[in-house]
Amino acid sequence: MDAISTEKLTKHYRVGFWRPRPYVALDALTLEVGRGEVFGFLGPNGAGKTTTLKLLMQLIFPTSGRAEILGRPLGDLVVRRRIGYLPENPYFYDYLTAEELLDYFGSLFGYGAAERRRRVAALLDEVGIGAERRLQLRKFSKGMLQRVGIAQAIVNDPDVVFFDEPMSGLDPLGRREVRRLMLKLRDRGCTVFFSSHVLSDAETLCSRVAILVGGRLVASGPLSNLLAFQVQGWELVLTGVTDTALEQATRCGQVVRATRLGAEHYALELPVTTAPERVVSDFTACGARLVSLTPMRETLEDYFVRQVADAPRNREWGRA
Amino acid sequence: MAVIGHIALNVFKESVRDRVLYSLVAFATLLIGASYLIGQLTAGQDVKIIKDLGLAAIATFGLFIAVFIGIGLVWKEVERRSIYSLLAKPIRRHELVLGKYAGLALTLLVNVAMMTIALYLVLAYLNTQFSDNARAVWPAPAVDVGMLRAIGLIFLELLVVTAFALFFSTFSSPFLSAALTFSLWIIGEFNPELRNFEAVVESPAAAYLARGLSYVLPNFAAFDIKTQVVYALPVPSSYLLTTSAYGAVYIALLLTGAVAIFERRDFK
Ligand SMILES: Nc1ncnc2c1ncn2[C@@H]1O[C@H](COP(=O)(O)OP(=O)(O)OP(=O)(O)O)[C@@H](O)[C@H]1O
Ligand SMILES: [Mg+2]
Repeated sequence: MDAISTEKLTKHYRVGFWRPRPYVALDALTLEVGRGEVFGFLGPNGAGKTTTLKLLMQLIFPTSGRAEILGRPLGDLVVRRRIGYLPENPYFYDYLTAEELLDYFGSLFGYGAAERRRRVAALLDEVGIGAERRLQLRKFSKGMLQRVGIAQAIVNDPDVVFFDEPMSGLDPLGRREVRRLMLKLRDRGCTVFFSSHVLSDAETLCSRVAILVGGRLVASGPLSNLLAFQVQGWELVLTGVTDTALEQATRCGQVVRATRLGAEHYALELPVTTAPERVVSDFTACGARLVSLTPMRETLEDYFVRQVADAPRNREWGRA
Repeated sequence: MAVIGHIALNVFKESVRDRVLYSLVAFATLLIGASYLIGQLTAGQDVKIIKDLGLAAIATFGLFIAVFIGIGLVWKEVERRSIYSLLAKPIRRHELVLGKYAGLALTLLVNVAMMTIALYLVLAYLNTQFSDNARAVWPAPAVDVGMLRAIGLIFLELLVVTAFALFFSTFSSPFLSAALTFSLWIIGEFNPELRNFEAVVESPAAAYLARGLSYVLPNFAAFDIKTQVVYALPVPSSYLLTTSAYGAVYIALLLTGAVAIFERRDFK
């Protein structure tokens, strides 16, 4: 049984006041997310990530298609007890404190007062809200609200969590903490489904990703398997490079391009066909020292740019 | 059921901390106090005037609380998107609507009770200021339990107004909801006049239309027994009963409508 599965999930919004036209926010999304995965849902702004999550939470209803969570239909209260959701830019009640908010949400799961007190304290510690927990939420900063949002999403020890841009609004330290939290959730057996438009978030976390552009799924699978993100070459930086060693390597086709960074200090571009270990050992045998070796890949940004350029401009239904 | 209770308590907590509510209650209490001063100016009429003004203040401020808090809370929940995380919890949408309503009713109950206590305190003080002879000519004693009947019906009326406010705010903007609720309230206060339209207009068609409208639109005048209570006129309990039933049916219909709309709504 999959944690999440969708089948041709489609959402049209009606736009225009005088002559409403359907606008395709999500176009026949078919997706399967296994249990215990950390799944990255990637795409540029306006791709339909939030729309998908709102459909899964039944905040909006699909135009067509269906979806299941934990093998059950979406509206099922049994499912709702076992999931958590962090909305995009979460916002809560002005006049409640962080503690009171989590206590309230805990009560909706039917937890008793003692149980709630225990959970709330542990959760706020976990997301790094200290003494501020007694402060009314209208006095919270964006990043602090985001942390409260994450805490409320896991108040019930969910089996599947849905995070809509969990890193947004967080400082670097906060990002690292959230990354760690997501891995901790995974280690507990929780499936983590999160949206992002930052590739590095996905690279350090995900077992699999799906990429959505213009409401359409354009790729899915392990990040390393996605054609666009495979290694396209290597960048090798060395010092102490002698002219003869460089000449020889270039002649053998081991180096495609050499950029001089300083005296005997070079950045070399190696083709994907060479084994970088051999090139490195050849150079070090001639007295060079290794500074860095980096695989060259297309970035998510480049990929988005390419996809957006290729995607049909007009998402109005019937004209696309 | 427990879920509705938790949602209601949250509404109550939130509204109690809202400054709008503080200021409304403070102002109403002030007004009830001030009615004492007004009474001083018109010798002899004091008790009746204070009762009249006090009851009117409870009804009016209750109306403002019902409309502003009622519409404000639902609108904020949707507009600020706190509803997103709420609806992902194991609750049904109709539980959310009913919980909101119950919470608003609780808020109103507490506020009406506070204003009632203020009114009774003013009246009790006044009572000590008069001789037995002066009290003998009053139609009803200053501290009169019978007044609670009028307050009870005012509370019921406020519950109907709140149900309207909630109903409108499930599908329209807060400004429009408030405008609609206030206009319905005004129409409802003049509802009995619609029924007697044939006495003022020539056209029978217009008279029928007015009569028809008077049955469809709420009749808020029915909840007003201030005069009877102040002058100690009889109010049959059958009247109290039918009016309560009328209010209950109205509330039930409005909440059913609100739930039906809310269930299908996209929160985008
Ligand atoms: N209520 C709405 N009415 C009309 N169109 C909408 C509505 N909500 C979203 N859209 C459109 O649907 C598309 C998908 O929006 P969505 O919010 O799902 O994007 P996203 O992938 O979450 O983007 P972001 O990274 O900016 O959060 C967008 O083009 C947006 O303009
Ligand atoms: Mg989004």
